[in-house]
Amino acid sequence: MIDQNILDNHNLTRGEFDLIVRLIGREPNLTELGVFSAMWSEHCSYKSSKFYLKQLPTKGSNVVQGPGENAGIIDIGDGQVIVFKIESHNHPSFIEPFQGAATGVGGILRDIFTMGARPIAILDSLRFGPLTSPKNRAIMDGVISGISSYGNSIGVPTVGGEVYFDDCYTLNPLVNVFCLGLADKDKIFYAKTGGAGNAVLYVGSKTGRDGIHGATMASAEFGKETEHKRPNVQVGDPFKEKLLLEACLEVMEHDLIVGIQDMGAAGLTCSTAEMPAKSGTGLEIDLDKVPQREEGMSPYEILLSESQERMLIVALPEKVKAVREVFAKWDLDAVEIGKVIDGGQMKVRFHGEIVVDVPVSAVVDLCPVYQRPVAPPSEPAPASRRVHPVPDDVGRVLLELLSSPTIADKEWVFRQYDHMVQTNTMLLPGADAAVLRIKDSKKALAVTLDGNSLTTQLDPRTGGRIAVAEACRNLACVGARPIGVTNCLNFGNPEKPEVMRQFKEVVEGLSEACRAFGIPVTGGNVSFYNDTEGASIHPTPVLGIVGLLKDIDKVVTPGFKSAGDTVVLLGENKEELSGSEYFKVHFKDESGPPPAIDLAREKAVQETCLAAAEAGLLRSAHDISEGGLAVCAAESGFFSDDGLGCELDLDDGIRVDALIFGETQSRILVTLKPSNVEELLHLAGLNGVKAQIVGKVGGDALRIRQKGRDVVTVPVKTAFEAWKEAIPRYFAIHL
Amino acid sequence: MKVRILVSFKDSVLDPQGQTVKNALHTLGYGAVRDVRQGKVFEIDLAGVSRAEAETIVPEISDKVLANPIIEKFAWQIIEE
Amino acid sequence: MKFGIVAFPGSNCDFDTFYAFHDVMNQPTVWLWHKDHSLKDVDCVVLPGGFSYGDYLRSGAIARFSPLMQEVLEFAAEGGLVLGICNGFQVLLELGLLPGAMLRNKHLKFLCQFVTIRLENAKTRFTHKGRTGQVLRIPIAHFDGNYFAPPETLEEIEANGQVVFRYTDAEGRLTERANVNGSLHGIAGLTNKNGNVMGMMPHPERAAETLLGSADGRVILESLMSRF
Repeated sequence: MIDQNILDNHNLTRGEFDLIVRLIGREPNLTELGVFSAMWSEHCSYKSSKFYLKQLPTKGSNVVQGPGENAGIIDIGDGQVIVFKIESHNHPSFIEPFQGAATGVGGILRDIFTMGARPIAILDSLRFGPLTSPKNRAIMDGVISGISSYGNSIGVPTVGGEVYFDDCYTLNPLVNVFCLGLADKDKIFYAKTGGAGNAVLYVGSKTGRDGIHGATMASAEFGKETEHKRPNVQVGDPFKEKLLLEACLEVMEHDLIVGIQDMGAAGLTCSTAEMPAKSGTGLEIDLDKVPQREEGMSPYEILLSESQERMLIVALPEKVKAVREVFAKWDLDAVEIGKVIDGGQMKVRFHGEIVVDVPVSAVVDLCPVYQRPVAPPSEPAPASRRVHPVPDDVGRVLLELLSSPTIADKEWVFRQYDHMVQTNTMLLPGADAAVLRIKDSKKALAVTLDGNSLTTQLDPRTGGRIAVAEACRNLACVGARPIGVTNCLNFGNPEKPEVMRQFKEVVEGLSEACRAFGIPVTGGNVSFYNDTEGASIHPTPVLGIVGLLKDIDKVVTPGFKSAGDTVVLLGENKEELSGSEYFKVHFKDESGPPPAIDLAREKAVQETCLAAAEAGLLRSAHDISEGGLAVCAAESGFFSDDGLGCELDLDDGIRVDALIFGETQSRILVTLKPSNVEELLHLAGLNGVKAQIVGKVGGDALRIRQKGRDVVTVPVKTAFEAWKEAIPRYFAIHL
Repeated sequence: MKVRILVSFKDSVLDPQGQTVKNALHTLGYGAVRDVRQGKVFEIDLAGVSRAEAETIVPEISDKVLANPIIEKFAWQIIEE
Repeated sequence: MKFGIVAFPGSNCDFDTFYAFHDVMNQPTVWLWHKDHSLKDVDCVVLPGGFSYGDYLRSGAIARFSPLMQEVLEFAAEGGLVLGICNGFQVLLELGLLPGAMLRNKHLKFLCQFVTIRLENAKTRFTHKGRTGQVLRIPIAHFDGNYFAPPETLEEIEANGQVVFRYTDAEGRLTERANVNGSLHGIAGLTNKNGNVMGMMPHPERAAETLLGSADGRVILESLMSRF
């Protein structure tokens, strides 16, 4: 009998249970309840988010596959497509940082190569609590080691990403992993079954009791002879995954299979239900044939295990032998565990008996969709009630900002990642976007992850728009035009109307901005329930945007190139201070409205930068974001080969701290040979963009003047050390 | 028969992992910790093997596979007959 | 010159190495599968980087038992050219074709970065296109690259001129900071006594095109391609 206690442990409501009973025409047994509970979980069903996600633009002439598959697919011409997606692994990474992050990498890689694409790049967006706490340092160290261990071993470069620090992530770190793959357009594979009679093959690691949710509590009901333990932490095996990757791509290359799906969340259940649901068929499997790592596993456990590195493949019966041979070459077993059937049922046998017999459509498609209560729309954020005087020595504040972990150099992080394997990485991590050449072509891909949760906390809608704008601006800075978007939406508990309001407004902001830029959203991931001890994280949308460069010779990098180059500012400086990293770090003030954003102006600035890049005018370009103009100019010096400084003369009559640390949107700092300046100004004029010559590259100091008055003079070396040493200091090892 | 084989660095080889653990223990106030050496443990289940045969097989596989004799040494014991 | 690139399960620089020899340098290049028993008449065997067998036991420890490695041992004994890069270097150490062993990097972190290495011996079959004292900028990417050998072995390989590369700063000076992984004598690459087998931790295949930041790795590739 299914009682309230069992339902609670399965996170199912009474209403959902009644619906299940109606759908299958009887009360489910416990194993069937487990199947529904996994597939109707927020993670698998998107039941709280679906209603709002519908408004995201998903169409475009280049879209081959939008949301709904393992990953999105965009056509990049010449018979090639890119396959990409982002996923969160937040909760597992808090429980066990190393394995949580490692298996996050493993999972997203499988999403990409199940579609027939070879993964060519990983990026991560990571959020941690302040590094002053040893616990936060341990989490960060574990997460980075986990990503490094998995990604390095499998040979996919981790080429970039972002790391932010804020108190709100102390008990709830965020680990969002993005993966990009490249495939031939005529070699894409989907999770489909073909017709009845096709063979169902299980490949990869054996099934153990990893990460079984809710299985333990009802232990009295099943497997009395078995010793039930707390769900085990999932452990990743990158070597097995590497073999799986090569073997899967090989069976696809030789056209030996009909369909394929990985066993991620909800494991065997998910693939056994989703593949037939998408194909209008049923599926029958025999659990006794499933390779098992532990003895005495119940059907419930086998079906819901989240053991890593496993795949379900459907093949024509006559191709099974050939499939097996390829897997054997890679020292892997392909085991036939069932077949495709007519009639739309998911049938599972165990010890000769049918233990699950439910319609796949009920499991996959008929989960209720909720329009959860939403708090009233937010009022415009009030201006900060605190008045902050302009600091006497803004040069010192600059050093403070450069050494604050969110802005400081992340080399300590990314040098633990193999970011060069596959020999395509043209820009080292730390640049505005990662750039990867496509071998045997003139093209390159640029990828960026971005999301500033301080702005979304203060104003979710504006923050949503800014996230898209800034990610596209990052791409414009390297000379790439955006072609597709994926997003990872990290929020608190959706049952709180305030969180649902944030979600609704962020998604609306993202939608508006994606429409303004004309870029399709091809998929993504929602992670709710990022709450610990009643406190929600800041709403944290992370945008993964891919851009295309038609000519690899036109890649622009952020570092200054040579003394004497002219520095031009595209965009306008305004007095916008609240919501900035400067206010947060220096005044501990996180109130007031974030900077405003005008999407049309933003687009015009980016178009100017792109046109100038494509015309070969630019020597460098760098986005002005956290830390404002001063940090942007300093970083451009750090990225130069020989520590070049610059001299900037600004005429704006606004507060000096707003001028150099403010985070007014739609600004890019570019440098170019003096002879090219006129053409750039002309391009800016055509786009209606304000462009002003603000100085020149050279010297070994960063000098900024306002209306002829010196406001900052800092040796590049001093600034560099502050920026470079900040993070390693927290992790120093003394032998 | 089950045997347990311990592989660790030779005394002449610096063991940074062990040193790091030692420093961490010192930081936590365990001043009595004089040294830490980190190693690996293998538990191997041998089927149909006599004690005398184990005396030959175990050192052989330890030397050939489990340990790298240039940097590592090994010790072993029978934990289950 | 015909090159053979060895693929072990878990190799992950095999495609890159193949690409560097075959596509960038336009050399006849073939794949050698670890289960094969033939070296397909190649003139030079290259063991690429990666994580053979996951490196779960020790880096390179299991790969050395594969059937193809028996062929490589014979080939090397007859004077055939063998280059091991990164994990390939670790396999050569485990095979006993080169002296010494690798320990974990001194700061216990995986390191992926450009390093500068000084060419110590330009009279080898692998480096004759360079000049002794030249500083090359080539990336490393490894966890276990901290070279170790007992004092008597070190003395011997130094005396024989077997040390080919050392980690130095950009000016060619040996410094504590430049020796990123803590290798004894700053050793980044060495040959066997006969000079026909070389292992190096830096990845020359990642530094074969200026597009990717450096083409200094060509010194090694071009030395192999041309007459000694």
